[in-house]
Amino acid sequence: MSATMNHNSNADQMRATLKDPSGLYAGRLRRNRLGLSLSMLAMALGLVALFWILGVLLYKGFDAISWSMFVESTPAPGSPGGLANAILGSLLLVAVSALVSTPVGILAGIYLSEYGASTRFGAVTRFVTDIMLSAPSIVIGLFVYALVVAPMGYFSGWAGSVALALIALPVVVRTTENMLRLVPAPLREAAAALGAPKWRVSVSVVLRASSSGVVTGILLAVARVSGETAPLLFTALSNQFMSTDMAQPMASLPVVIYQFAMSPYEDWVSLAWGGALLVTFAVLTLNVIARVVFRDKSKA
Amino acid sequence: MSLLNHASPEVKAPQTLALEVKNLNFFYGKFQGLKDISLGIAEKKVTAFIGPSGCGKSTLLRTFNRMYSLYPGQRAEGEINFYGQNILSPKQDLNLLRSRIGMVFQKPTPFPMSIYDNIAFGVRLYEKLSASEMDDRVEWSLRKAAIWDEVKDKLTQSGLSLSGGQQQRLCIARSVAIKPSVLLLDEPTSALDPISTAKVEELVHELKEDYTIAIVTHNMQQAARVSDFTAYMYLGEMIEFGDTEQLFFKPKRSETEDYITGRFG
Repeated sequence: MSATMNHNSNADQMRATLKDPSGLYAGRLRRNRLGLSLSMLAMALGLVALFWILGVLLYKGFDAISWSMFVESTPAPGSPGGLANAILGSLLLVAVSALVSTPVGILAGIYLSEYGASTRFGAVTRFVTDIMLSAPSIVIGLFVYALVVAPMGYFSGWAGSVALALIALPVVVRTTENMLRLVPAPLREAAAALGAPKWRVSVSVVLRASSSGVVTGILLAVARVSGETAPLLFTALSNQFMSTDMAQPMASLPVVIYQFAMSPYEDWVSLAWGGALLVTFAVLTLNVIARVVFRDKSKA
Repeated sequence: MSLLNHASPEVKAPQTLALEVKNLNFFYGKFQGLKDISLGIAEKKVTAFIGPSGCGKSTLLRTFNRMYSLYPGQRAEGEINFYGQNILSPKQDLNLLRSRIGMVFQKPTPFPMSIYDNIAFGVRLYEKLSASEMDDRVEWSLRKAAIWDEVKDKLTQSGLSLSGGQQQRLCIARSVAIKPSVLLLDEPTSALDPISTAKVEELVHELKEDYTIAIVTHNMQQAARVSDFTAYMYLGEMIEFGDTEQLFFKPKRSETEDYITGRFG
């Protein structure tokens, strides 16, 4: 009792000053500083890793970047050449996979968010999609090998695109679903209140309201698959020559980087570094574009 | 129930009823949100619903266009006749119903498209208009909603670029544009400032020349200002329904008097 009295009178005296009466506040400040320093340290570690990678890539790959890298095909060891066939191959493989996975993914996302949200089928689809999201990409490569390459008898660009599409699909499905779910219910009600049928509400209002988020998802999926190597080893393999024939084996940047970086030839290794630099900055650019698009949405 | 004796509208002259509610019960799963409601909504008049939060007034309004049917687990029993046709019938086409009975919500909900397309969206669903007819319709509805002068130079801009009060009038214009027969207003001014509120109230006054209006409001003065008939609801029951003037000046039931004089609620 007397202790409380003491404490109270002490607190009463302190009220007229700016001092910390109990020391509680000082302790909280210390913990705050500790927590803040730890999180800054963690952030610095992440950034150091990122810039280290970018730095090494720039240092080792910059010399390989030249006009000929973009116009000449992969050379035999010791002769001059570039990565044009791999660049073109990567663009084709990724473009076809995006063309396949985008419409299917968006439709599935609409189903999961607007129609099957609380159905058993929806729950199963969501579960399977989550498994596919975390499936090792080499497993997907093997699957497509067994499904497409083995029956056809040869490696092909089509098979590569199928593998990449299977990797991109769950990313598009889940981001689409999540973005559509962010659209507030009153907006759906408002459209329904005008007599709009449900599919119309979903496409013209809900999908439209979340379009920048959905586009972000597609860009992130494209960024993800453009760096995939393992599934292409089993499917598109590679091609020494410039080729736009999707029915033939097709070169791609990640696979060429893998081949060349493992080789004992210095000029091949140098080209691999150049390719790595190219892929990294392409992916980085896509990510930055995705962020910028998404930021615009939150402002509107 | 003795309450029912007091729930019949005191109508001076015979009125055509746009909506006639008979023994309506409403359930959110197991919870009963409306208990044995019966009343008539007179054609080309304003009927206001007042009562404390959770009394069921919005729930009742949302049965008039079957908005609750969007959500599984919500159901209504009884009868709601729209010019004699029971809209609670399972055979009722909901999209057609909602094109006749429009609704404006508490918070403005402009669609993520241009001001022009916000209006044209609903019209295109049920009418094939030429470009010039559509232009006329858009202008007509925006004039009706008293917002034309503010937006006529920026019809291609996003509806989201407008202020809250303008967005709400855009939403009213959007509902008016499809020429419904009944307009349901669910607390249309609760998110608006006094000046925008005055504009919307003025609008309600003008719209009742052509439309039957049912309005839910938290604001008793608003109900007194804009409505011809008022219903006071409490805990899912219709306590009193009648001529607005009479309900506010000579309420028949002490519960109504307690609420409107501020002794309760």
